Amino acid sequence: MTTTTLAPPEAAPATPGKYETGVMSWVTTVDHKRIGIMYGIVSFFFFLVGGLEALLVRVQLAVPGNDVLSAELYNQMFTMHAVTMIFLALMPLTAAFFNYLVPLQIGARDVAFPRLNALSFWIFLFGGIFLNISWLAQAAPNAGWFAYANITTPQYSPGLNIDFYVLGLQILGISSIISAINFIVTIINMRAPGMRLMRMPIFTWMTLITAVMLATAMAVLTIALTQLMFDRFFATAFYDVSKGADPLLWQHLFWMFGHPEVYILILPIFGIISEVIPTFARKPLFGYNVMIFSGILIGWLGWGVWSHHMFATGLGPIADSFFAISTMLIAIPTGIKIFNWLGTLWDGAIHYTTAMLFAISFIAMFTIGGISGIMHAAAPADLQQTDTYFVVAHIHYVFFGGTALGLFAGIYYWYPKVFGRLLDEKMGYAHFWLTLIGMNLTFFPMHFLGLHGMPRRTFTYADGLGFNSMNMMATIGSFLIGLGALILAYNLFTAWKKGAIAGPNPWGAATLEWSMPSPPPAYNFREVPVVHSRLPLWEGNPQFEAAIPKGKRAEDTESVTIGGKTVGHLEYPDDESKMSAHDLGIHLPPPSLLPILMAFAISVFFGGFILHWGLAMAGFVMLFVCTFLFAFEPGHSGH
Amino acid sequence: MIPRVVENRAAWTARIVTGLGMVLLAGCGGVEQFPQTSLEPKSDYAIAIDNLWNLTLWLGVGVGGIVFAILAYIMVRFRYREGAPEPKQVHGNTRLELAWTLVPAILIAIITVPTVQTIFATQADAPPNALVVNVTGYQWWWEFSYPAGGDTVVTANEIHVPVGRPVHLRITSGDVLHSFWIPQMGGKRDLIPGRINHIVFTPLEEGVYLGQCAEFCGDSHALMKMRLIAHTPAEFQEWLANEAEPAVDPERLASPDSAILLGKQIATTTCAACHTIRGTTATFGKTGPDLTHLARRSTIAAGILENNAENLSAWIDDPQAIKPGALMIDTGLSEQEIAYVVAYLQTLY
Repeated sequence: MTTTTLAPPEAAPATPGKYETGVMSWVTTVDHKRIGIMYGIVSFFFFLVGGLEALLVRVQLAVPGNDVLSAELYNQMFTMHAVTMIFLALMPLTAAFFNYLVPLQIGARDVAFPRLNALSFWIFLFGGIFLNISWLAQAAPNAGWFAYANITTPQYSPGLNIDFYVLGLQILGISSIISAINFIVTIINMRAPGMRLMRMPIFTWMTLITAVMLATAMAVLTIALTQLMFDRFFATAFYDVSKGADPLLWQHLFWMFGHPEVYILILPIFGIISEVIPTFARKPLFGYNVMIFSGILIGWLGWGVWSHHMFATGLGPIADSFFAISTMLIAIPTGIKIFNWLGTLWDGAIHYTTAMLFAISFIAMFTIGGISGIMHAAAPADLQQTDTYFVVAHIHYVFFGGTALGLFAGIYYWYPKVFGRLLDEKMGYAHFWLTLIGMNLTFFPMHFLGLHGMPRRTFTYADGLGFNSMNMMATIGSFLIGLGALILAYNLFTAWKKGAIAGPNPWGAATLEWSMPSPPPAYNFREVPVVHSRLPLWEGNPQFEAAIPKGKRAEDTESVTIGGKTVGHLEYPDDESKMSAHDLGIHLPPPSLLPILMAFAISVFFGGFILHWGLAMAGFVMLFVCTFLFAFEPGHSGH
Repeated sequence: MIPRVVENRAAWTARIVTGLGMVLLAGCGGVEQFPQTSLEPKSDYAIAIDNLWNLTLWLGVGVGGIVFAILAYIMVRFRYREGAPEPKQVHGNTRLELAWTLVPAILIAIITVPTVQTIFATQADAPPNALVVNVTGYQWWWEFSYPAGGDTVVTANEIHVPVGRPVHLRITSGDVLHSFWIPQMGGKRDLIPGRINHIVFTPLEEGVYLGQCAEFCGDSHALMKMRLIAHTPAEFQEWLANEAEPAVDPERLASPDSAILLGKQIATTTCAACHTIRGTTATFGKTGPDLTHLARRSTIAAGILENNAENLSAWIDDPQAIKPGALMIDTGLSEQEIAYVVAYLQTLY
């Protein structure tokens, strides 16, 4: 609830040149902020799609012996729910935050390779569309997101379902690897003067660790996918048991990617939470160094635990013991993080904004997910729990209670920076309570379902096994979550035009991105800032303050109050922020049409495997030509 | 008078506590309520797992309880109050941080030691007196064969074992991955084509135990069920001896019904393409379950239907309607022919 209504900020005049406004300006943009916004919108859309798929799954399971979905359709539904949520919603939502925030947090004009950044977005978009076209062909992937060999070989999956999976994920993998390399280079090379590694905002730190994991983990998945693709299209026998293959190879490769993937989805959230909590507790992050080192340790250990997904495959007692112990070790750095967040909150002055409510509930829900994680790190106990609803409960406390709640916190926190307007807090509270109650109603009973013998990935269950009431509970809970998500969508949509004006720093936060107008000008910083502190806006020296382009006139300032408490100040957008990069003589990379063309060529190439060989050839030629043009495209617009 | 706000708050607190209680209590109950539960172990293997589970459960609940209590205290105690001074800007505390590194490390050690012990104890080699049963999974049914019975005892979907004697399952798959899981007998083990996996356990109590496939294996993964029947040793020997016998010959029955004889004729020609009925000419079909002693099984279609005439007819008539994607072919038998076949199948004791 804000106490004021101000006139909307006037749109900043765009940089002179081609594609300055309209659709083409978005299609050709290489601005990390615009790319971040597009990542956000597309992945939020896929988040709603994945949610719809989840609701259909829950409707089917609401009562025993239900037939809303056929077995075939159910198997496609649960597979696409996971594929959509992981590859098209949660990962790209974290990418939206990386894109928008990292350059701002480190004081850079843009990422290191702006066109590559656009390229990874367009590849992601086409990959998402590619995967979902499978619905129209009535052949959505249907072997689970893990797609264990050998059910994926042509003998057992003759349809197009697995073709869409294997090609779609390869497209998305290209996007992730390009993006990861871009962010590694950006964070290592593009930091503002004085932004030493140990002064970097914790979100940027976690992005760096995530990007390193992403670049390496995706490569492993690509190897597995390429093998499977060759099995399916060129009659190789990587996974054909009748020709002597061992299907366990897939599981090793998949989880060598898959477990780092879990940390790829949670480390950015650790970063978001570590920004939100200090801001609203009005205290610096407790144990900054330890938070970073524990993040690195989690990323590093994350590579040595993959076989804990495979205890039931019979790897033998020595392997089981090794992976049980390595998995439990991860509890130590994770525990450190939890207690450091509690240490940050301790003795603070906690403002319960929606962002903070999500951040605090993240700590609680992620703790539950972490504890059940330890339970199945104990390998023999896992043999009862694996492949049951107990694990479904666990992963949802980690991915929903962890990743999704953390992303919600990030959305409420940074939306005002991105769009210059605050999200409505009343709707935020409604969203929060529906989500928190809904998720516990949905996922908590699943622990019991699993322990009482309900396997996962089952399209139905028999009456008389005691599963009825808990499944009904879960279905009701899932609809509460769905209602919450709709409220969020409505809030995001309406606040874009009608929300209260945010000003540069509505929350009184400490990091660099809050030093500039909201939304920030295309060029980010008028002058590259010199950083002297880890919390530049809290501990800033006068020299630094002077370099910050923001309106400081006191008469323009009004307080932002939420629930009757002052949490920050509103400021009118100042004149300076309306000046374009051109006016200020700042060089920005020119827009380019090539990223979207290259992404399209890649999709055509992979689509050709399903439709026609000629199409694949055409895609390849187009990609070749585009790559050539990409390499020789001028890097500046000629002034 | 209590202000309305407080009254509302109390009412809401009560409602939330009741709701939480309902969610928590929904999972409470024994094997009567949850016939496929893993929490009432009935073998040495399952008990070893259960002990480890209880340790992790109570440690987990303890740690979780402490974190939640601290968080709740913080949320109330350190909430922002109007006019309060800015909090003291603390950046960390090495001693505290060391403490919350060491305490989890100690808790981990407490779990690790029994975990490794249990891993080795439950994966030990089978003792020489163990009853060996070969388990093979197919989409979507189970085959159990008993080398002890002269390698002729082959049955499907119902595994019979004696109590008090170690059972050694040698498990593999005939097509894709599956996972063997009878919760009260212990943990899962995957069925992997081209590999042989092992489970060794000693059933401790007579009874019928439910289980089902736990690794996604295609369309009807949810319908790939089984049951384990634990007998007294004497009963088990009796069962095994009977299973080793060839199928009952209807011509030797006290009152050979012509329907049964016709049924046998159809079964040993049509059904024989995929099913074996030992003691008849149907001895080459191996892709479907062995039917030699079908009538002694309590269920058909991998544990999803009661074994009776009505269900047998429905199954033969349209298996895919009962089990989506089932690989049994359309026999093209007429209703009358199916009735004959069912009549014959019901004599296969």
